Amino acid sequence: MSKLFSEENKAAFSSPINLNNPVAVQVLGICSALAVTSQLKPAIVMGLSVTVITAFSNVIISLLRKTIPNRIRIIVQLVVVAALVTIVSQILKAYVYDVSVQLSVYVGLIITNCILMGRLEAFAMQNSPWPSFLDGIGNGLGYAIILVIVGFVRELFGFGSLFGYQIIPDSWYVANGGWYMNNGMMVMPAMSLIIVGCVIWAHRAYNKEEK
Amino acid sequence: MNPIKKLFDNIHPYVEEGGKFHAFRSLVDGFETFAFVPNTTSRVGSVNIHDAIDSKRIMSLVVIALIPALLFGMYNVGYQNALATGHLADATFWGMFWYGFLAVLPKIIVSYAVGLGIEFTVAQWKNEEIQEGYLVSGIIIPMIVPVTCPLWILAIAVAFSVILAKEIFGGTGMNIFNPALITRAFLFFSYPSAMTGDATVWVAQDTIFGLGYKATDAYTAATPLGEAAQAGFAGFTPDTVQNAITGLIPGCIGETSVIAIALGGLLLLWTGIASWKTMLSVFVGGAATGYLLQALGLTQIQWYEQLVIGGFAFGAVFMATDPVTSCRTECGKYVYGLLIGFIAVLVRVLNPGYPEGMMLAILLMNLFASLIDYCFVQKNINMRAKRVSKK
Repeated sequence: MSKLFSEENKAAFSSPINLNNPVAVQVLGICSALAVTSQLKPAIVMGLSVTVITAFSNVIISLLRKTIPNRIRIIVQLVVVAALVTIVSQILKAYVYDVSVQLSVYVGLIITNCILMGRLEAFAMQNSPWPSFLDGIGNGLGYAIILVIVGFVRELFGFGSLFGYQIIPDSWYVANGGWYMNNGMMVMPAMSLIIVGCVIWAHRAYNKEEK
Repeated sequence: MNPIKKLFDNIHPYVEEGGKFHAFRSLVDGFETFAFVPNTTSRVGSVNIHDAIDSKRIMSLVVIALIPALLFGMYNVGYQNALATGHLADATFWGMFWYGFLAVLPKIIVSYAVGLGIEFTVAQWKNEEIQEGYLVSGIIIPMIVPVTCPLWILAIAVAFSVILAKEIFGGTGMNIFNPALITRAFLFFSYPSAMTGDATVWVAQDTIFGLGYKATDAYTAATPLGEAAQAGFAGFTPDTVQNAITGLIPGCIGETSVIAIALGGLLLLWTGIASWKTMLSVFVGGAATGYLLQALGLTQIQWYEQLVIGGFAFGAVFMATDPVTSCRTECGKYVYGLLIGFIAVLVRVLNPGYPEGMMLAILLMNLFASLIDYCFVQKNINMRAKRVSKK
């Protein structure tokens, strides 16, 4: 048991969530962070999908790592990731169809997410399955956290709601005689790039000493 | 001795390092260097020559140049209010002016309070000298928004642009984009219903302290450009053109009057603060594009109408010539200006979504200014290198 949660394994899990965050520090996976974060619900579903796919593709590649010929390893990795993405995509379509429609092509495009290939190449190819699994979960959650932060800000200020529930009172709105207006730029992808930038800014300012 | 100078000398010990009110050092510094030219000179032994006029003096001159357009804008706010409510006959000149003054003043106060507040805080925090760049932006921002723009969104937009368009890049003189235009772009894309369209945004509808008139029904008035965009560019009547030159049309507060803008522009050119090359080439670019598009039958607007309608003149005189965000090379200024005029008119005519293209054109060219400079500097270097190698 102590071996399962050794210092190294803990680090494999926790470092990508904060100090080695795939989005905020390595600046990977930005495309989907811009595309799916206009509301909180798809952002969370996307984050979880990537977490699951990263974790299991890490495990599978880690199991196969000694048998994969070095020259075709990228193709093998792609096949594994593509299979998992297809499974996740089908599950989403079966159980949360509306979110799946909202995410549209971006579920399929998880295949091209840099975080996945990065973890497979950099971690799973050198490590045994259990640390690889933790590393995959950690990286997926690190990605998901950023998506949730961006989705939270964008949905709250862009639509005045969270998870589709109206947070800002209806009586505040100009249309109902109030003074408030939703920020239209929050709905546009351009603003999520700015928010990701602000998150990175805050993250670096906070972790200044550790670098 | 000057009493103001004496006051500053008395305050100084309190705000120095270790003083009681050290937290206000940047504030005092800012006001002192604004009131008096600091008597720091180049170090002995160096070969730098400083112009007697420093950037605070330049900023003050630009603010003075903006005053005719601002005062006219105030009058026009009252005029449009009286016109919209049908009280034009019994409205007095001063009544209309004070009404406009009261409508515009809160915007100026909010703009300066938020913008300077952030600048002073950053200067104090980074322990730097106060940066004066916001002096001009702070007066331009209220002039390029509609009169009905709510104060809270103005405050958000100012904070957004000062932090993300200016302080992030290193403060005054380091910014890539013009902060005033970023403010406007933020408002334009974030709160389109408060910034544009044929809704009620262009004309003040309510009374202020008993001045002005209340519109009984919500009065809708589009700017001439907005109207033209809706009517498929049917062209303007000579009346509209004349009003656009004097400035008695609905529009953003400071942008309507070509005459008032020209007064400010002349001051800028006379004092050498704005480059005549940039200014002239913006007008030439806009006129040429307008002429071309009209000749091709894409629009009914005459080329000279393009130059007097909307924010074109204001942008050309006060925005495009911003020395920080425009080109620095002399040849580059021509290219920069021509392209601004070209893109502004192109957006106006060919993009039905945006009746006004000046803001987008200047922001886009801000982005390319350093690239244009780079090309001209490289060209010069190559030319000289060839000359040397030929010998």
